[in-house]
Amino acid sequence: MMAQKKVLMKGNEVIAEAAIRAGCRNYFGYPITPQTEVMHYMAKKMVQIGGNFVQAESEVAAINMVYGAAAAGFRVMTSSSSPGISLKQEGISYIAGAELPAVAVNIVRAGPGLGGIQPSQGDYFQATKGGGHGDYRNIVIAPASVQELYELTVEAFNLADKYRMLCMILGDGTLGQMMEPVAFRDEEPIVEPEKPWAACGRGGRAEHNTVTSIYIQPDDLERKNQELVDKYKIIERDEVRYEAIGIEDAEIVIVAFSTCSRICRNVIRQAAEKGIKVGMIRPITLWPFPKNVIRETAALPNVKAFLDIELSAGQMVEDVQLAVRGQKPVHFYGRMGGNLPMQKEILDKIIAIHENPEKEALD
Amino acid sequence: MIDFSIILAGFGGQGILSAGKMAAEAALYEGKEVSWFPSYGPEMRGGTANCSVVISDEPIGSPVVNNADVLICLNQPSVEKFESYLNPGGILIIDSSLFYVEPTRKDIKFIPMEASKIASDLGNMAFATISMLGCMSAATGCFKKESFESALYEILPERRHKFIPGNMEAFSKGAEFAK
Repeated sequence: MMAQKKVLMKGNEVIAEAAIRAGCRNYFGYPITPQTEVMHYMAKKMVQIGGNFVQAESEVAAINMVYGAAAAGFRVMTSSSSPGISLKQEGISYIAGAELPAVAVNIVRAGPGLGGIQPSQGDYFQATKGGGHGDYRNIVIAPASVQELYELTVEAFNLADKYRMLCMILGDGTLGQMMEPVAFRDEEPIVEPEKPWAACGRGGRAEHNTVTSIYIQPDDLERKNQELVDKYKIIERDEVRYEAIGIEDAEIVIVAFSTCSRICRNVIRQAAEKGIKVGMIRPITLWPFPKNVIRETAALPNVKAFLDIELSAGQMVEDVQLAVRGQKPVHFYGRMGGNLPMQKEILDKIIAIHENPEKEALD
Repeated sequence: MIDFSIILAGFGGQGILSAGKMAAEAALYEGKEVSWFPSYGPEMRGGTANCSVVISDEPIGSPVVNNADVLICLNQPSVEKFESYLNPGGILIIDSSLFYVEPTRKDIKFIPMEASKIASDLGNMAFATISMLGCMSAATGCFKKESFESALYEILPERRHKFIPGNMEAFSKGAEFAK
């Protein structure tokens, strides 16, 4: 596959372009900063290519339109930012129950409540632990660059179809608003299975298809629950993605995703200048979480401590602690409210941990 | 060149974000890695606007600039807000036809230039930021004049190509202030 010439594009626009390239012809959304450029792009392009664009009357309407299009067998996407994604949670739970493939994008802003409009990672819990009611998971992907927004959005559609579930792209205001060069492929690696379950007319079959999330009998529902659990186990085995940088000889290992991992890359270089070897594990899938690599890294004799960096009060760090299993001290540093950590703040934390890996570690 | 960092700041409507984008396009034309990150939100409407541009030979870490090599300011509050971000030896360029304030830092290079006057002499106020990019280009070599011109031809629709010679004149006049 030949890569085309690089073009400078905004993260939000690249998400929309990637969806269209992945064969998505149905987009339903409701505007909210800092993701509205996804909608702008879709509004302009869907008309030109004969797709469907609806600015719904609310987020709740938009996610139920997603349910409908997915149930009919079409590739479909919605996007929003934190308060809007909260409103969509009921529909997301129904999508999980009905086992429908769909892509949802959350360009996270700071909360709780209306909060602010600046970048945050405070929706990690909501995204990775289900978010709505009931026992379910979503695949959650956290790109760290505009190029990754492109490639992983295309991949999100493939994964959604492969496992018949919702795949979420979790970004933040920085990633959505920034411009970087992106090289599009001439042809996308689209893998779209047949959808014999889709409710799109009988097509000569004797029985019509039914798409539903209601199972009134406990035994029926438990059977469905178990099917979901079995599916999630396969995903945890097969779909974990992460990037590991310099962990073979690192004294301190940073765990950070998306925008935070970008800032940490600079800090790793600065720490090396001070003679401190810092590595990084960057989860690309937040669920399934790359717990095995973290557990194995914690067992390395060179590793003295972990440092989790987030734009939150500390959410992913709980998964990091579970994965480390008490083998090494785990530290946390986060900024909230829409602020990003300065590189110097992280470097100071690293220097302090280097002097005493146990001091101020989490319980 | 690793992580050459630029902050452009001023009032919303002065073309700050576009100027940053054009700097990124010029560097991209040279095959460099680039990133552009804007301030966004309500501050754009008549308030302050700023953006960070990073140019590098290597993949860029943070697109958010804490340590700038060049600071381009089109109003006084921006100087006060961002002066401390400059690396020692960094360059502060201000549009002295709009305001004048001496920087408090003594370890930086200060270039006051009459950017808006250059622009009004050429009959297009949008050229003010272009002249400041010209100054930055000449003072630092972060991208070449020829790359800037080629990038303009590449990204602007053909009906707007007639404005490019004027842009380049502003660019060249700005470059003279780097001497």
